[in-house]
Amino acid sequence: MTRPLLIKNGHLIDPARGLDETGSIFLADGRIAWVGGGKTPPTDYNIIDAGGLIVCAGFIDLHCHLREPGYEEKETIATGTRAAARGGFTTVCCMPNTDPPLDNQATIDYVKSTAASQGAVRVLPIGTITKGGQGRELAEMAEMSEAGAVAFSDDGCWVDDSRLMRQAMEYSQAFNRPVISHCQDAALSEDGQMNEGITATRLGLRGIPAAAEEIAVARDIALAELSGCRLHIAHISTASSVELIRRAKDRGIRISCEVTPHHLTLTEERVMGYDTNAKINPPLRTAGDINALINGLNDGVIDIIATDHAPHTENDKLCEFALAPFGMSGLETALGSLMGLVHDGKLPLGLLISKLTTAPAGIIGPDFGRLGTLKEGAAADITIINPDHEWTVDASQFASKGRNTPLAASHLKGRVMATIYNGKLAYKDASIKAGEAND
Amino acid sequence: MRITPKDEVRPVAGAESQEQPPVWRHRHILDLDDFSAAEIGLVMETSDAMMEILSRPIKKVPTLRGKTIVTLFYEPSTRTRSSFEMAAKNLSADVVNLNAQVSSSVKGECLTDALATLEALGADMVIMRHPMSGAPYVAARRIEASMINAGDGWHAHPTQALLDLYTIRQHKTSLKGLKVVIVGDIKHSRVARSNIWGLTKMGADVTVCCPYTLLPFGLEDTRGIFPEVTVTPDIERALEGADVVMALRLQKERQQSGLLPSIREYARYYQLTEARLAEAKADAIVLHPGPVNEDIEIASGVAHGPQSVINRQVTNGVAVRMALLYLLSGSKRL
Amino acid sequence: MAKIIMSRQDIRRTLARMAHEIVERNRSTESLVLIGMRTRGVPLAKRLAANIASFEKVEVPVGALDFSLYRDDLARLERQPMVKSTDVPVSIDGKTIVLVDDVLYTGRSTRAAMDALIDLGRPESIQLAVLIDRGHRELPIRSDYVGKNIPSSRHEDIRVRLEETDGADEVAIATRPSVEEVKP
Repeated sequence: MTRPLLIKNGHLIDPARGLDETGSIFLADGRIAWVGGGKTPPTDYNIIDAGGLIVCAGFIDLHCHLREPGYEEKETIATGTRAAARGGFTTVCCMPNTDPPLDNQATIDYVKSTAASQGAVRVLPIGTITKGGQGRELAEMAEMSEAGAVAFSDDGCWVDDSRLMRQAMEYSQAFNRPVISHCQDAALSEDGQMNEGITATRLGLRGIPAAAEEIAVARDIALAELSGCRLHIAHISTASSVELIRRAKDRGIRISCEVTPHHLTLTEERVMGYDTNAKINPPLRTAGDINALINGLNDGVIDIIATDHAPHTENDKLCEFALAPFGMSGLETALGSLMGLVHDGKLPLGLLISKLTTAPAGIIGPDFGRLGTLKEGAAADITIINPDHEWTVDASQFASKGRNTPLAASHLKGRVMATIYNGKLAYKDASIKAGEAND
Repeated sequence: MRITPKDEVRPVAGAESQEQPPVWRHRHILDLDDFSAAEIGLVMETSDAMMEILSRPIKKVPTLRGKTIVTLFYEPSTRTRSSFEMAAKNLSADVVNLNAQVSSSVKGECLTDALATLEALGADMVIMRHPMSGAPYVAARRIEASMINAGDGWHAHPTQALLDLYTIRQHKTSLKGLKVVIVGDIKHSRVARSNIWGLTKMGADVTVCCPYTLLPFGLEDTRGIFPEVTVTPDIERALEGADVVMALRLQKERQQSGLLPSIREYARYYQLTEARLAEAKADAIVLHPGPVNEDIEIASGVAHGPQSVINRQVTNGVAVRMALLYLLSGSKRL
Repeated sequence: MAKIIMSRQDIRRTLARMAHEIVERNRSTESLVLIGMRTRGVPLAKRLAANIASFEKVEVPVGALDFSLYRDDLARLERQPMVKSTDVPVSIDGKTIVLVDDVLYTGRSTRAAMDALIDLGRPESIQLAVLIDRGHRELPIRSDYVGKNIPSSRHEDIRVRLEETDGADEVAIATRPSVEEVKP
């Protein structure tokens, strides 16, 4: 039995219930037993002093790559979930583009059982939409759903066959799991290396036009309307995508979407000098896109923030730009990057926390536990943040195997100091005082 | 009318000042975007000295004796490679030629292995040609040797641009204020990109002319990231009053990839013909980085005509590359 | 502290004397070519030729030689010397060449210049004329015509300034501060 845990003197923030006050929180039996002050816990418990720190529900990442099975040199469930814990994430939804891909019940079972024995936080696998993620035939979604798949996605590819995508959207409604679409028209983005724009022209790299994303977003909105499916659009990156989704939501279509920390903070100019760690799909865009994305978060068009954590080995990225794989390791820098927006006055802190907790919990739904809130009875998943802690990104110290980040040596302000998953410490910075009661 | 290069009357040895040369900051030559006008000027003047060596019966000086220069080519290129090889040998360097191939199945291993070989050979300078933009930058970060970009993907071909500048300077005393027109496949052209950098730094006005499918994205709003040029799809208008016309090689695969309906149609609307060249100034010169597709991007009469300086570009290429090897040989290893 | 050791007048008289010595020693000016070593050897060679012209009434050909590409110390220099063109207007085959330089010191420049010269052809002989010989030779090289011998220490700088290159004619000697003195 895990010893109960008292977190005291923290600045409690829970946008789900409008909580914003200093107080204590008591965790027992994997649940939040009570929130507030004045109560005395029973004897025999551990204690964390969160004085001066923010205490909120554990973050939920609806989009990451844990690479297992098949690419264990890039990341494993063990290392990826430790990276998640350092980043304040207590629930991660892992994408199915592994080898073999998560396109049937057995592979979903494999991820779940590996996560149960080796994971540092909760892992909710996402199954493919199509067999092998090949975009030709539907995968056995109902069986995967029963085995615990949280959503369906052919992430990395768009399902470019419109009829097949319609069928997937219709079929998935019987078990009420969202379909996540990686919106990019491959015919238009083929062999593209970065955002199409003047930086790509200067560098002589083939561009990925914003329209490649927007065409796909527009089609999937039409299919969501046609099918009535719960569609979630992954990592939107352009101003026009925000507008398309805004209009669709105004018309009452059931869609949600996410944005990554890097698309909110980094521009295409990061690629100058051919930094393969800034090679990301969708590509880093322009300052105008960043403004539209931030506005979209603020006015609710963009529902959640997800990392698209995409770890790769050093060798994968040490090559010609065109041969390097897409993606950056993002779990451990997500909060620090996002807090920059808070410090700059572009995003309220409460809204940021909701986009990482309550909002993704709403997309996942109630079938995987009461996540993303500090309500009594909810899962004992807690993240403790120092919003003003200044630090320098040192990729060699990452828990993730993926040290591929364009943020190496960047200075960030705001850091996760402790993460509690299922009532137990999953990560704790050395500066945090923890001990047994009555010590 | 035959165009007479201005330098055929060489100045007699005369008054010289003891001025210091502009500081040469480059350990590598990757593109011209980080060159100052003064540095380009230094390359031009040093190339003049190398031209004198090329005029001798014995075209060899001992300057780079004991230095190892490796040419590492991931794309076939007889012209550029032999130009570099001759330049290196004229300076008495030892030259090793390596051929390599890009294989996407082995990802970066290929480049990594090649770089390890270069280190083992003790290369002092590496001349690299690669089909992928940026490859020499990746290499330069990883090896001790000085890296010279002999063409990378669509990105840059700085030594070609410098020899083009040198050739223009031979015929037009100054580059400042010249109207230079680049006609052809700008989008996929490393020669065009490096020339745009070099020409604009030297004060020339650049016009690019091509069908819009061959125009790189964003030239109408360069945001300071790329030099400003004039763009027009109309070749007659582009050539009006031009001092220098540069035609680019048209790759046949541009038709297959759907950028052009046919090579025939391209030639009809964009070929540099005698009639079109008449729109330019009477003393305009014609350049082409080679190899020439005669009667596609340029009429054979123009390529071999009195205004063509295409053959001079080849000789100048050796001198300019000698100058660059000499200037780089003084850069200290870090 | 710089001390003037040759004035404008001194330089003028010295060059006149050297011009006479060159003609006297070679008896005829017929196969003579004066080649100045860049930078200051070039105006000196021209002045010697002008002197010869004034009393012999013949124009001796003058050339300019850049020997940067033949130096043995390129790898040691802080920055690459700027290479200028070599310009020798006549064939040097079978000619008597007088190399002209401002200061003869270690002899390494002269060695480089001779190598550069021999790449241009096969002269009958090479002679060396210098305005100043300050000693400290590191190679077996001697001058044939000397304007002035100046015994110097290695800590001293000899600075030749000429009208054509520096705006004035004078030779000065200065003591270079030793390393200890430079330190604060």
